[in-house]
Amino acid sequence: MTAPIIQTRISAENETFQQYAAHNKALVEELRAKVATNALGGSEKSRDRHVSRGKLLPRDRVERLLDPGSAFLEIGQLTANGLYDDAVPGAGMIAGVGQVSGRHVMIVCNDATVKGGTYYPLTVKKHLRAQEIALENRLPCIYLVDSGGANLPNQAEVFPDRDHFGRIFFNQANMSAKQIPQIACVMGSCTAGGAYVPAMSEETVIVRNQGTIFLAGPPLVKAATGEEISAEDLGGGDMHGKKSGVVDHVADSDEHALTIVRDIISTLPENRAPDISLKDSRAPKYEASDLYGIIPDDVRAPYEVREVIARLVDGSEFHEFKALYGATLVCGFAHIHGMPVAILANNGILFSESAQKGAHFIELACQRKIPLLFLQNISGFMVGGKYEQEGIAKHGAKLVTAVATAQVPKITIMIGGSFGAGNYGMCGRAYSPRFLFSWPNSRISVMGGEQAASVLATVHRDAGKWSEEEVEAFKAPVRQTYEDEGNPYFATARLWDDGIIDPAQTRDVLGLAYAATLNAPIEDRAQFGLFRM
Amino acid sequence: MIKSLLVANRGEIACRIMKTARKMGIRTVAVYSDADAKAMHLRQADEAVHIGPSPAALSYLVGEKIIAAAKQSGAEAIHPGYGFLSENADFAQSVIDAGLIWVGPKPDSIRAMGLKDAAKKLMNEAGVPITPGYMGDNQDPDHLAQEAGKIGYPVLIKAVAGGGGKGMRKVDAADSFADDLTSCQREAKASFGNDIVLIEKWIESPRHIEVQVFGDSHGNVVHLFERDCSLQRRHQKVIEEAPAPGMDAETRAAVCGAAVRAAQAVDYEGAGTIEFIADGREGLRADKIWFMEMNTRLQVEHPVTEEITGVDLVEWQLRVAAGETLPKKQDELSISGHAVEARLYAEDPLNGFLPSTGPLELLNFASGDAGSRMRVETGVEQGDEVSPFYDPMIAKLVTHGDDRDAALDVLSDSLDGLRIWPVKSNAGFLINCCNHPLFRRAEMTTGFIEQCGDDLHPPVSASDDSWLAAAKALALDKPSDNMSLFDSLSGFRLNASPKSAIMISDQTDRRLVDISGETSLETFAVSAGHLVFQNGQPFLFTIPRFDNDGEAEAGAGEIFSPMPGQVISIEIALDETVASGQKLMVLEAMKMEHSITAPFDGIVREIGPALGDQVSHDALLVRIEAQDE
Repeated sequence: MTAPIIQTRISAENETFQQYAAHNKALVEELRAKVATNALGGSEKSRDRHVSRGKLLPRDRVERLLDPGSAFLEIGQLTANGLYDDAVPGAGMIAGVGQVSGRHVMIVCNDATVKGGTYYPLTVKKHLRAQEIALENRLPCIYLVDSGGANLPNQAEVFPDRDHFGRIFFNQANMSAKQIPQIACVMGSCTAGGAYVPAMSEETVIVRNQGTIFLAGPPLVKAATGEEISAEDLGGGDMHGKKSGVVDHVADSDEHALTIVRDIISTLPENRAPDISLKDSRAPKYEASDLYGIIPDDVRAPYEVREVIARLVDGSEFHEFKALYGATLVCGFAHIHGMPVAILANNGILFSESAQKGAHFIELACQRKIPLLFLQNISGFMVGGKYEQEGIAKHGAKLVTAVATAQVPKITIMIGGSFGAGNYGMCGRAYSPRFLFSWPNSRISVMGGEQAASVLATVHRDAGKWSEEEVEAFKAPVRQTYEDEGNPYFATARLWDDGIIDPAQTRDVLGLAYAATLNAPIEDRAQFGLFRM
Repeated sequence: MIKSLLVANRGEIACRIMKTARKMGIRTVAVYSDADAKAMHLRQADEAVHIGPSPAALSYLVGEKIIAAAKQSGAEAIHPGYGFLSENADFAQSVIDAGLIWVGPKPDSIRAMGLKDAAKKLMNEAGVPITPGYMGDNQDPDHLAQEAGKIGYPVLIKAVAGGGGKGMRKVDAADSFADDLTSCQREAKASFGNDIVLIEKWIESPRHIEVQVFGDSHGNVVHLFERDCSLQRRHQKVIEEAPAPGMDAETRAAVCGAAVRAAQAVDYEGAGTIEFIADGREGLRADKIWFMEMNTRLQVEHPVTEEITGVDLVEWQLRVAAGETLPKKQDELSISGHAVEARLYAEDPLNGFLPSTGPLELLNFASGDAGSRMRVETGVEQGDEVSPFYDPMIAKLVTHGDDRDAALDVLSDSLDGLRIWPVKSNAGFLINCCNHPLFRRAEMTTGFIEQCGDDLHPPVSASDDSWLAAAKALALDKPSDNMSLFDSLSGFRLNASPKSAIMISDQTDRRLVDISGETSLETFAVSAGHLVFQNGQPFLFTIPRFDNDGEAEAGAGEIFSPMPGQVISIEIALDETVASGQKLMVLEAMKMEHSITAPFDGIVREIGPALGDQVSHDALLVRIEAQDE
């Protein structure tokens, strides 16, 4: 592909640029600080106790498992942040896409320093999200197990429903059926339901005198049958390695166990050759850090999205499609780290023309098997009589249909606002992008806080009688709630995305994410839903 | 001129001889043993004849096979190289008797110089200075003790038929003479079948000086100046040079003149070396240099003479053998600059210089600028093997410079650029010899290496820079067609700085190394990992593996019956020490015998069943207590 280079119009000397840069750098510093704190896991005491037992800390386990010097794309770094009394960093779990023995894999690692590695509702959600990524992208799963199982006080939100604890094992069985390898390494407790993680795995390692697998631990056994038995005899490595056959390899230490896991992974088929032809990665013409000065300090302020694209794509080269038509949705082809991508990026409100253009462009991408990238900064579809009459609803529906049924990998980055149906048309979480990340400046809600407050104030039965002060008194808490709930930290804590990312890392995040998606075949022909004409 | 030449040797010297022969338009024939079936000297030759099994005694040392090979291949002449049959007068005679040209001195000359006492007598008669000593027929111990007293202690007792350091004793004082004599004679008898000894004055600061001589069949004899081979380890030369440092013109004239007289005394034809011992306490003085012996062949270290004289000694050998006169007269020969030669051996200096044989996965002599200025005489290249059957010399590295320091600098730099793996080499040891201040000041004696001891040993541990270079290489250890973005975005971590530390191991240690640093050290990927070279010595780095040590696998050393069966043999007793893998017990089950072996070294603390017992599956058979190392 040859394409023109996007010419930037911004200048780092500009006062607005510097003002924005200061604002956004502060946001990134806040993000990095939160991530660093969360990455510690449990309390210092709890970590010390963990290490004193000869165990590696969970992050060290992941590091030793990964290919030395390779990249790791973590997901859900801030899951459960601010929830459960802020006592369950990362929901007690590290998850992400990494490379082990040259293979792209999904790693799910319990953090026993956080509430014994027990499963809170969001721990379950994170585990299932990791498995979903593994399934969609055909990534072998490695479970580093060190968990007390379901968090009992929260059992109602952990145990019974479809997307609760049991789904983990359902996924293991079904991924195995789809020839996506399931490997477990038991490095600590693995009790009750948790025992099924290694038992449902295809190949399992356990650390002797450390890992245990049993349906009920010694206290429960004693209570139930009166049998007194040590944890090691009940479900330790030698018992399972020599007698039960629940595990396949018995290791002497965490490091030994991880070496065995690496050996196991090295027996798997190599990464799939991509269905699409790749080029050599070339750096963009402009610095990624310019993004700090490009992103406005107010989510309502519009900004030129081509300036963003210019800092994400190889050589800043962008083959734009229908530049003159439906101009509020920028569409075009480019490469990111050598991988072709078809980009849809908001540059204003969606009109009928922009929606139709977007649908057309997605069809193009699907015909050509080019992965999609959505850069979402959308306050919604245009409203008003003229637009309803021209059928903006059906045109919007075309875009949503195309987004929902496109067979190529899709990735979404929230780069600004994500409001209303715009979220759907631009591949929000409900549209199953393979990965979805947010920038720290982004906001997400069904509509803006001000609009929601106005609507609610208008439809209130007492609205007619309110003074201006009373209207404001009604609107203020609504606005505040929207502000709080639209905050990206609120969103990411609930796994509405796969993580908040530093804008300057976006290009690399996208590169790694697309590299992961290419492990799954891209179907030949797009089968779209019906487009209402 | 000779039209075709069989080279009755192998390795670097065979290659060296063939190189000159080829230059002179002579067809070359190689001989080879089983072990050398793929050796370099075969590739250099026009024709190759197999002469038997790997041991030299069954191939390279069997004269009849060599002569038969020459006949079979139509070779007119045989060049023996050095070693093997090169100083075997009977073989030389057989070659001549077979109607072939012998590229070497007449058999009589070889014989005359073969027995050291006879040689010394001959030299004495020819007016060549010899070391004060006794070499009489009277071997009565008392007489010998008396002679030793006359020479003055310390003295050296030497077996007449000896060589290579065997059958030699230094005696410091009269009271230990009798004992030392007895043990020297015993060793001489055992090694050479001849216990006749001679006694020499022991020289405190000995230097090994030798003179290259050349004679032709027309009665001409010239010398090609001297070499200094004082740097020796256990009488094996390590670094040789020419000319000898500190040799003034007058002394040179005296010594070289004596050497020519020595050669003339035996009517010498071809290349020969007169070895002298010098007492270097007061520098090299003509009255402190004495004849030791004559080597009636081309020497290993001949290249240093070639480098300073511009003469191709092999070419001269071939011309003289063909009956030509010497290409140059004495007054046409002169010294230009200084040359040094280091013998690169496949041996492990850190492990008592034990030979290190095997395939050469990596072998590069000429890396770097210095390497390209070095003359390499070798019989192997990358992919070849250092055979356990022969001398483990990998190469001779020869450099030439305007002066001694210049030649040594290039040699040292070239050694620093050597890349050899996995065979171990003495490269680092040679560098340290090369750069030792005593050696640089030419204050060495033949005892230099023993005196320096550990000073000359290369570093045992890798430098921080080596760790860094290795870590960087290991972090990117991927075939380039298999690089994924996860490799190239090295250490990427979301919302954090890149993870730049990786865990690597060398052969003794394990470290977390931050790879964000810079280094210019080159690394080499080999099958076992990545190499970094420091002073010519390789350090191997790998990503550490954590494997089971075997001990833990066997739990507490309790060995349980793998199946129900009958104990048909118990091969150990209680409290017996057993070695890993040792057979402990034999079970018979399902008509098969199953040996139970020790999982690790230890002591038998419990034996479960008695002989003949029927044991059940999982019954305790033996308990072994691990033995602390």
